[in-house]
Amino acid sequence: MRFVDEFRDGELGRALAAELPALIEPDKTYKLMEVCGGHTHTIYRYGIEAMLPDAVQLVHGPGCPVCVLPMGRVDDGIAIARQPGVILTCFGDLMRVPGSRGTLLEARSLGADVRMVYSPLDALRIARENPERETVFFALGFETTAPSTALTLMRARRERVRNFSCLCNHVLIEPPLRALLDAPALQIDGFIGPGHVATVIGAEDFEFIPRDYRRPVVISGFEPLDVLQSVQMLLAQLAADRCEVENQYRRVVGGTGNPRAREAIAEVFTPREEFEWRGLGTIPRSALRISDAYAELDAERRFAMPGEQLDDPPECQCGEVLRGEIKPWECRVFGTACTPDTAIGACMVSPEGACAAYYSYGRHARVGETA
Amino acid sequence: MGHDDGRRRVPEMLRAPGAVRARLHDEHITMAHGAGGRSSQALIEGLLLPAIGNETLERLADAGTLELGGAELAVTTDSFVVRPLRFPGGSIGELAVNGTVNDLAVSGALPLALTLSLVLEEGLSAESLRAEAEAVGRAAARAGVEVIAGDTKVVEHGRADGMYICTTGIGAVDPRSDLSTAALTAGDRVLVSGPVGAHGMAIMLARGEFELEAPIVSDTATLWPAADALLGAAGTDLHCMRDATRGGVASALNELARASDVGVLVRETDVPVEPAVAAAAELLGIDPLYVANEGRLVAFVAPGSSRAALAALREVAGCEQACEIGEVLGEPSGMVLIDTGFGGQRVLDLLAGDPLPRIC
Repeated sequence: MRFVDEFRDGELGRALAAELPALIEPDKTYKLMEVCGGHTHTIYRYGIEAMLPDAVQLVHGPGCPVCVLPMGRVDDGIAIARQPGVILTCFGDLMRVPGSRGTLLEARSLGADVRMVYSPLDALRIARENPERETVFFALGFETTAPSTALTLMRARRERVRNFSCLCNHVLIEPPLRALLDAPALQIDGFIGPGHVATVIGAEDFEFIPRDYRRPVVISGFEPLDVLQSVQMLLAQLAADRCEVENQYRRVVGGTGNPRAREAIAEVFTPREEFEWRGLGTIPRSALRISDAYAELDAERRFAMPGEQLDDPPECQCGEVLRGEIKPWECRVFGTACTPDTAIGACMVSPEGACAAYYSYGRHARVGETA
Repeated sequence: MGHDDGRRRVPEMLRAPGAVRARLHDEHITMAHGAGGRSSQALIEGLLLPAIGNETLERLADAGTLELGGAELAVTTDSFVVRPLRFPGGSIGELAVNGTVNDLAVSGALPLALTLSLVLEEGLSAESLRAEAEAVGRAAARAGVEVIAGDTKVVEHGRADGMYICTTGIGAVDPRSDLSTAALTAGDRVLVSGPVGAHGMAIMLARGEFELEAPIVSDTATLWPAADALLGAAGTDLHCMRDATRGGVASALNELARASDVGVLVRETDVPVEPAVAAAAELLGIDPLYVANEGRLVAFVAPGSSRAALAALREVAGCEQACEIGEVLGEPSGMVLIDTGFGGQRVLDLLAGDPLPRIC
């Protein structure tokens, strides 16, 4: 596959990995956080950890939107899906995320009409094809997916689709990163920045990390060579005592992002006063809701929902995993009570979740270590 | 707990010894139980086998065998619920013949005869039914089997996707064959009979849910010629075959690694995938190794015969692109590993549930 295989070239990868030890100071360890779940997936999918020097540890950050969605919001989605005449549409990996009483997949098996879509525009099409029913799109994601939701709502209003609405769970990347960086326990030496988010908001929006927190950032693409090169660039910054935002993903990301996408977000959404994050607690102005101008397309205003804030199950340590305090396999229920089939925490549900990635791809490495 | 303790704890929790049966935790049946991954395994091992298991069934082979007057017969059955009924490269009628014939073929049995049960939905056009009946007839003729018994039922509108088909097949176990799901041996080479993932991807695209068009046609075909060639070239060095249907090659390898208490190593760069299938899978965030096939088998051959087996396989029409994709390891038992080609190695696990695409 052109434009893909080039970024998965094993020989280039091994050559790049061979440059890393020269950037390491003896007796020093380096904790680098990949913010985005897409990077976590790539790291495990291609076995990148095994190619790094022992002194370099990767810490998996909070950038998996499915993983940070609190249980109460899943319950809200299920409550809407159960109402007669409703078609609830969502991205695939949301369907297995546990709420307090089951998942959307289970709600579907009991008769709710829950359908997987690849794009909010597909949800709008379903609404048009079923004019006698209410179609609700369960929107979630960072700034990456918010523009497509925004454009869909703009189109729905323009075309006067009256049986369509959106349950908005869009979140912002800066507030949780600040929350993490403000935590005294956190020891992260540098950040592999989320390339897809940066496509929208621009590399410059990550300047607060070097400026306010003295940590380097490298905006990274999602192929294995991208991630490996970003590690190399971070180590080079640290070795040279530099601290800035660098852009490894130049083939896609510009300095100021995508102005039209930003305009669409500003047109349709407005910040929420606060939003609950699974594992991270309530963070002020960290999420988006649908603005008053688009109120008629807001499922929160159209449907009765429980709207509860629910504590995570007590045995679940997703929060510590998301804050990078423990590795997935250090969680007390990892691999025993919590597996991809019996997920307790959301990190085990999405393939981008650190626990699921670790469970599916990483087990052998751990087996090998003790062999 | 320190890091080192944690690391030691992990392998003990996670090893999946073949002797331990999966348990069914779910309170309701979901689509995941039909997807061929871990949930299907839990359904079969946790609910069905405890109720109806016996020595033959518990082998979880593609076909059961029985002795009759000195002849060894293989019997298998399969239901077909594909939507849409017709798709690029095939249709449900053709699938219903090939699927059952292939379960016999990979069991080392020459397909002899089929039965055919039709569940028809009220409102199905007679023309669609005629087309599928003719597809059954043509596919049966190609596979050299006759349909010797049948049944029809009609259900109310809305109770079936047009039609469901169930076929049962009977075959004569080939005297050259000594196959078993428990016979994988360290050192065996893993062969695949052609590019993988085309059938499942053709179906996904034919449903029109993705607004994605690609020149992908189903691989549905009878596998007896391939099985025959492998038996001829490798004889008893051919240890096992399986058609990689739902759940794809990855699921087939996992089931067999478990059944034989061995590990399997796959070299990702050696797995043949058509460029269009690879591209569609990439866009949809799906690994072609988990996508269903309807005319592809994986075979496990002792190293001494693997070259001859591969050469014989490549002589068969439709199998010209057969490849060796990996080998059987003594350890880790019950697991499939994959060399990513980028430098790392990872587990190629059973899927938990349906393959759900990633969002971004």
